[in-house]
Amino acid sequence: MFDNLQHKLDKALKSLKGQGRINDLNVADTVKEIRRALISADVHFKVAKDFTDKVLEDARGQNVIRSVSPGQLLTKIVHDNLVDILGGQKSDIHLSGSPAVILIAGLQGSGKTTFTGKLGRWLKAQGRNPLLVAADVYRPAAREQLKVLGSAVEAAVYSEDQNQNAVQIAENAIKYAKANNYNVVVIDTAGRLTVDKAMMDEIAAVKKAVNPAEILFVVDSMTGQDAVNTAKAFHDVLNFTGVVLTKLDGDTRGGAALSIKSVVQKPIKFVSTGEKPDALDVFYPDRMAGRILGMGDVVSLVERAQATIDAEEAEKLSRKIARNNFDFEDFLAQLQQIKKMGNVKDLLGMLPGVGSQIKDLDVDDKAFKGIEALIQSMTPQERTRPELLNASRKQRIAAGSGSTVQELNKLLTQFNQMRQMMKMMKNKRFPGMMPGMKR
Amino acid sequence: MAIFNFFSKKNPDSGNEPAETRQGLEKTRTGFFEKLGRALLGKSTVDAAFLDELEEILLTSDVGVETTVEIIQRLEQRVARDKYIDKSSLPAFLAEEVAALMPDPMAPVNSDFSLAGAPKPYVILVVGVNGVGKTTTIGKLAARFAAEGKKVVLGAADTFRAAAVDQLTIWKERTGAEIVSMGMNADPASVAFETVKKGLESGADVVIIDTAGRLHNKVGLMNELAKIRRVIQKFMEQAPHEVLLVIDATTGQNAYEQAREFTQATQVNALAVTKLDGTARGGVVIGVSHTFGLPVKYIGLGEKAADLKPFHKADFLDAIFNHENQKS
Repeated sequence: MFDNLQHKLDKALKSLKGQGRINDLNVADTVKEIRRALISADVHFKVAKDFTDKVLEDARGQNVIRSVSPGQLLTKIVHDNLVDILGGQKSDIHLSGSPAVILIAGLQGSGKTTFTGKLGRWLKAQGRNPLLVAADVYRPAAREQLKVLGSAVEAAVYSEDQNQNAVQIAENAIKYAKANNYNVVVIDTAGRLTVDKAMMDEIAAVKKAVNPAEILFVVDSMTGQDAVNTAKAFHDVLNFTGVVLTKLDGDTRGGAALSIKSVVQKPIKFVSTGEKPDALDVFYPDRMAGRILGMGDVVSLVERAQATIDAEEAEKLSRKIARNNFDFEDFLAQLQQIKKMGNVKDLLGMLPGVGSQIKDLDVDDKAFKGIEALIQSMTPQERTRPELLNASRKQRIAAGSGSTVQELNKLLTQFNQMRQMMKMMKNKRFPGMMPGMKR
Repeated sequence: MAIFNFFSKKNPDSGNEPAETRQGLEKTRTGFFEKLGRALLGKSTVDAAFLDELEEILLTSDVGVETTVEIIQRLEQRVARDKYIDKSSLPAFLAEEVAALMPDPMAPVNSDFSLAGAPKPYVILVVGVNGVGKTTTIGKLAARFAAEGKKVVLGAADTFRAAAVDQLTIWKERTGAEIVSMGMNADPASVAFETVKKGLESGADVVIIDTAGRLHNKVGLMNELAKIRRVIQKFMEQAPHEVLLVIDATTGQNAYEQAREFTQATQVNALAVTKLDGTARGGVVIGVSHTFGLPVKYIGLGEKAADLKPFHKADFLDAIFNHENQKS
């Protein structure tokens, strides 16, 4: 992928150092860099252009403080502007009406049905009694899919398997909801292209028939330049009230979020971040801004670490470190926890400043495998007391793990260095895990 | 505007298909050239202002910064060398450049779904991120192969997404293909294995294996794909003959990451670009195709089975860069 913005800016702004003040002349190239970086993050061309004009305005005349690199300063200006545009405060979902109706719309494959299931779960957690409505009458087995999702989140699903009329189904569903005390109705609709007039007419008719409190436009966060047109076309027909960004658990930069927000001025209400029914989040503008800029997402890293690393284990480990008997068993357990968090390069990339440095580096997850194999070829005694390892033991371990004695020696050296470091940190309060992992 | 303005007048498909294709792309057909024409209006030669506009056209088509810069640099070099490029030679030049960027389709070039010269059964493994249209593409492929009298076996190895097996089963009923299904939550690799086995035993012409959509940064899921590939190979050494990465035409620059990771896990050797009807752009495919040397094999232009078309590079470039076609 393209390297991140700060890296580019630092390069472009090398000439700027010591010039004291940002002016039109010295940032012209930089602005072009910012624009290209945004486009590489899938921000729409015109949106990027307007955006950089605004950034230029804010940057003009700013003093370049000695302690801050011009690249850092500009990146901050860009970041702040992004957060600003992406929407300052969080926007709640409106659930007025009895029942409150939420209409779900979007292109094919954007994740409407999956989101509908997740929203059902979310609404239940809010103490609501939702009814999910299967009004996608076109895609084979779409109704089946919603039924399965509904039962997984224990939300009721309304479906008329033989009825091919989405408007009727929606109307009947609301009657059914009124009769059976469901207070929120979520209507899943078929994916449609904006150029398909008949289909756009259909969803307009559904809207007219059910008078929704919320119309949520579901969009794949990996969408490119077309996001602007699609959002605009749906907005023209539906005047939707909010946006849902899906598949944000991928590594997309998600520039589409900025494009859509700029063009339709509607809040992003939810982000969808995984395959499980609970992988639904409210939207944080600052995290999204950091992501678009490739600035490193420390918050997500910490959250991911917290989600996967066993707190109890961490506590046990920090006690062991304090007593200075960190051994290969602990090391192995750590490796396995890190692996649970996902791709190592992704994890490193989330650290600020690391992103650009490792862009060309091929971090091999299999590197861990070799280390694991070596440790697993040790006896339990050897793992707890590495000093036992003599030449013949080393040879046995190397052969057993399909490795070499050199590799094993390398590992031992690293391990001892680690132990040394931990010893040094012993006196400071260091709550577990590897250096720098958690603070 | 779609860089993939495309209609296949040389397409050997059934008689009315080119017309249908054109109709499907009615909205987007004229995009590229209309903009290019406007950019060139009143100019007798290529100048800086024109290059800026060309850059915008390419970037707003999701071609991406790197590929765009490459195309523009080549154009600049040509201008510097020849001193002068007039309007009329520009389309031909651009066509040349883009053609050079995109690799040719791999054999068998089944422009007519005849599978001429293909091993039997020809095993296709279909992979991609969530929601790109894998199952739908498989349904359409099955229909097109079946229409050519081919015996098709489908493998329902998307055992994860709710009702994915049901969706494929409906396509099986529509196309008369056979299906190997072990229900939801079954081990995808064993479904794939059984499918290839059934394909071999029943003398099928083509075996198409569906897989669950997965984001390419999920290590575990990517390893699962690699396992599916290995398991298939235990049974049929050369299989899968085609590993088809399905890319949604509206995808932006993330398509590069998708191509990289899926290629690493499963040795992707062909691309299918879906949802190219409507306002889809698909320009990213040029860059992806170029960067990873992956040929585009199929494009999806609509909901019907016949809307899945084999990709013809010559026709595609012709459609983009030839004035006459644009006007007709």
